[in-house]
Amino acid sequence: MSLLAIILLPFLGSLCAAFMPANARNVEAWLAGTAALATTVLVASLYGDIQAEGVLRASVPWAPSLGLEFSLRMDGFAWVFALLVAAMGTLVVLYARYYMSPEDPVPRFFSFFLAFMGAMLGVVLSGNLIQLAMFWELTSLASFMLIAYWNHRVDARRGARMALTVTATGGLALLAGMLILGHIAGSYDLDVVLQAGDTIRAHAWYPAALALVVLGALTKSAQFPFHFWLPHAMAAPTPVSAYLHSATMVKAGVFLLARLWPVLAGTEAWFWIVGSAGLLSLVVGAYLALFQRDMKGVLAYSTISHLGLITLLLGMNSPLALVAAVFHIINHATFKASLFMAAGIVDHETGTRDMTRLSGLYRAMPITATLALVAAASMAGVPLLNGFLSKEMFFAETVFIDRPDFQRLGLPMAATLAGMFSVAYSLRFIHCVFFGRPARDLPRAPHEPPGWMLAPSALLVFACLLVGMFPAHTIGPFLAVATQSILGASTPEYSLAIWHGFNLPLMMSLAALAGGIVLYQLLLRRRADTVPLLERLDGKRAFDFVQTALSTGSERLLRILVSRRLQVQLLLIVVFALAAVLLPLTADRAGWTLASPGLPDPAFALLWLVGGACALGTAYKAKRHRLAALVLSGGTGLATCLTFAWFSAPDLALTQLTVEVVTVVLLLLGLRWLPRRNDASAPDIPTSTRLRRWRDRSIALLAGGGLGSLAYIVLTRPAGEGISPFFLEQALPLGGGLNVVNVILVDFRGFDTLGEITVLGIVALTVYALLRRFRPAPESMELTQQQQEHSAPPPDTDAVLPPGPMAVPAVLVRLLMPLALLVSLYFLLRGHNAPGGGFVGGLVLATTVILQYIVGGTVWVESRSRLHPPHWIALGLLAAAAAGCGAWLASLPFLTSLAWHGSLPLVGELHISTVLLFDIGVYMLVVGATVLMLVALAHQSLRAHHRKPARAGEE
Amino acid sequence: MELVYAMAIGVVTGSGVWLLLRPRTFQVIMGLALLSYAVNLFIFAMGRLNMNQAPVLDPTRAVDVAQYADPVPQALVLTAIVIGFATTALFLVVLLASRGFAGTDHVDGSEGEHR
Repeated sequence: MSLLAIILLPFLGSLCAAFMPANARNVEAWLAGTAALATTVLVASLYGDIQAEGVLRASVPWAPSLGLEFSLRMDGFAWVFALLVAAMGTLVVLYARYYMSPEDPVPRFFSFFLAFMGAMLGVVLSGNLIQLAMFWELTSLASFMLIAYWNHRVDARRGARMALTVTATGGLALLAGMLILGHIAGSYDLDVVLQAGDTIRAHAWYPAALALVVLGALTKSAQFPFHFWLPHAMAAPTPVSAYLHSATMVKAGVFLLARLWPVLAGTEAWFWIVGSAGLLSLVVGAYLALFQRDMKGVLAYSTISHLGLITLLLGMNSPLALVAAVFHIINHATFKASLFMAAGIVDHETGTRDMTRLSGLYRAMPITATLALVAAASMAGVPLLNGFLSKEMFFAETVFIDRPDFQRLGLPMAATLAGMFSVAYSLRFIHCVFFGRPARDLPRAPHEPPGWMLAPSALLVFACLLVGMFPAHTIGPFLAVATQSILGASTPEYSLAIWHGFNLPLMMSLAALAGGIVLYQLLLRRRADTVPLLERLDGKRAFDFVQTALSTGSERLLRILVSRRLQVQLLLIVVFALAAVLLPLTADRAGWTLASPGLPDPAFALLWLVGGACALGTAYKAKRHRLAALVLSGGTGLATCLTFAWFSAPDLALTQLTVEVVTVVLLLLGLRWLPRRNDASAPDIPTSTRLRRWRDRSIALLAGGGLGSLAYIVLTRPAGEGISPFFLEQALPLGGGLNVVNVILVDFRGFDTLGEITVLGIVALTVYALLRRFRPAPESMELTQQQQEHSAPPPDTDAVLPPGPMAVPAVLVRLLMPLALLVSLYFLLRGHNAPGGGFVGGLVLATTVILQYIVGGTVWVESRSRLHPPHWIALGLLAAAAAGCGAWLASLPFLTSLAWHGSLPLVGELHISTVLLFDIGVYMLVVGATVLMLVALAHQSLRAHHRKPARAGEE
Repeated sequence: MELVYAMAIGVVTGSGVWLLLRPRTFQVIMGLALLSYAVNLFIFAMGRLNMNQAPVLDPTRAVDVAQYADPVPQALVLTAIVIGFATTALFLVVLLASRGFAGTDHVDGSEGEHR
């Protein structure tokens, strides 16, 4: 349970932090600090369990039927890493409280900060590969938000975009790699995968999995050649750089390599891919760090170099090197974070991080300078500090590596060279900023920061010293727990002593120290501002080039493949649908013999003779005679309706009939605003148009013939075994209704229907909303011919009947109203046992309401009584949802129908069911939605601004 | 029976597709209406054609599955009819707004080089 709390605590804190006022700097810091500290304590408290049990697990079922669960797994290595993440987070929160200025919107900062912390802990503690990849991407996103924190700055936005592009691309590669790994191992569970090392390494897909996983790790850890994003990420606030880009997030890459070390390592491919990326990053990063002007730039390249060192160690395929790598992960986090904090303090107190302007700060800020000095010494690998220990182990590994000649010779030399660079840039970092003549033209007069701002840095430096002097008693047990959990029985013997006697590694260390000092002296004489040798190695330029090429390429591709024209898109849809149907036909034609047709009923044939003619007429008339086309399509609709009735589908026939009515009214109302086409039929149709018409005709012929013959083939074959018998047999026992179609709609598939009526409501409201700002075509703004001829006065709302020729029909439709209401309620109530139901009932009522409008006129009807269709929609949805929720009272799943059967005095025998409430909901919603859409369209004629141009014309 | 039914589907589909490919918005909306008739008929036909076998149970007798028409395609088509009305309404309003906005009833929003 505490494992789950470790992940949840930061996320909860993040949520709380997000909702605080912008100026609550102290409250935010307290909240974030408490969350981070509590997480740290939680992690630390698990140490005993880890020692006793080895691995702790926790899982929450998510989709058990798919075998997916949210699983957490903590072993020694994960414990050390989680503690690193949580403790470092606590320190950085404290530091950030003083670093962030009161003007900064801190809720955003602390919210994303804690979210990152939760995501990082998720990466570390995931017991499932897919879940790990998900948290991995979450850290990329959080990092993006944090780098772009000062989003008014161009460099921050660009740096954030670059970091996200590189790391998220790597994350995708990682996901693919994880999928392959899980596929080979047969499970995505980390425990299973860790056991399947031999299977995976022997598998044919091993190289692909390796390449993808390593790609993910290298991009995340800013390893060559993907290193370029890290220096640009330095646009982030310094606490972010200290936490994400030195101590934790960039370590996720090496964490993963170490995590999967038992699975992936031990092959030549691993050695060459991981080892060479590490070596190149180590040397190139250290070299480039020498020439940076920005303090954080030096630290960024140094981070690349140190992560390269760790990657190289991991790539060496030796258990001892793995121990050194884990050790260096911890050491690097301590000294690099404190150095970042020092850089941030200098920036904060002087207003600049430019090393050419800074100088002699030792006098103004002695404590900061001392702390930075010790941390930088650790970074350079000076004895008695923790950096020295892991660097010695690294040197030893390069010397004793079991490889062919040139590698045995080259590796120690490269390592010493990188050591020299490292000494030189550390020296430069300290000497340039803190020593020499005091700088004069600084933006602010430097002085020591508040004590609490120094405290985190001081604590880390203290840790460097302590580990450096008494390694076996401080870090020893933790390191043992961590490496044991990765290597298991094959954990090698190693000694954490400071003094191993005069041996080759020590010589290399001394050579690096001496060489570094000499190199710095040489560097001091140099005046040029460029980077010698590697000037042209600019990852950003390559990144920009690739990005531009990709976006122009995709634009070009889009131009070829995609049309913005709807007509072309529709054509493609039809053609693809045709092709999709034709494809199986070409494959197997064995079963495609046509049965001989039976003799049709002449009445049915006649019905469709008319129906088909109507359809063809619609197609012919729709361009110039819209009204005729509408009437003709209504004819086809009626034929369809009769067909439903003919073939035992009374519910469908009723629904089709009522929908047909409202559709025609709807389209008629729409036609009012669609101006007449005034191009006289052009006698000369261009050849291209002719050709296109023939093309469309043949496509239509193919489509019609295809669907028709498909229908014929299906119809002449016996029906397969489907799910229908279930519904027929269980409608009465389970659904308590005789009309099976209605039982399916409101009971068995009630959730679908609920979704459907929701869509109906949304569409109605959308139509209403669209019409509120509707601007019709200017040609259709003036009054219609009929309106002009009659030039009716404004309707008299007090009259008993509407004036004019509509008086008699008005009487009739008013008489119709109660009758129709009765009929609609009758349909609604009997729907469960006989044809009818909420849909039909609702449509009947809506039709009557519309009839009142048509005959009485909008103004006259609405002066009498107003239906509030939106209320009907809302009440309908509520009723349907309430019917669904009612099942919860009986602790049954949503939308389970409940029925009560009994007798009441006076009333007699009664059968009440939640299904009826559900159907009432459908009924009300259908009424509301239909009336809302039609009335909203009808109201357009009343709107004053539409008529203005017409009146202006009259004057 | 089946032949007429299939031919009806074919004719309505053909007319619908032809209209769907036309350049005028009103033609397309009519095409969609015809096409939805055809598709509803097609889905309905998946339950085969039965006469006088409405899926309304007779409570006095035990259920014999062969006695009733297939209720599943009917339930599917019933919701499709209602949703079809809603989408037609939405399309109509978009069509009218587009006519007012673009000054043309061409589906692409501009006359272009074609008619």
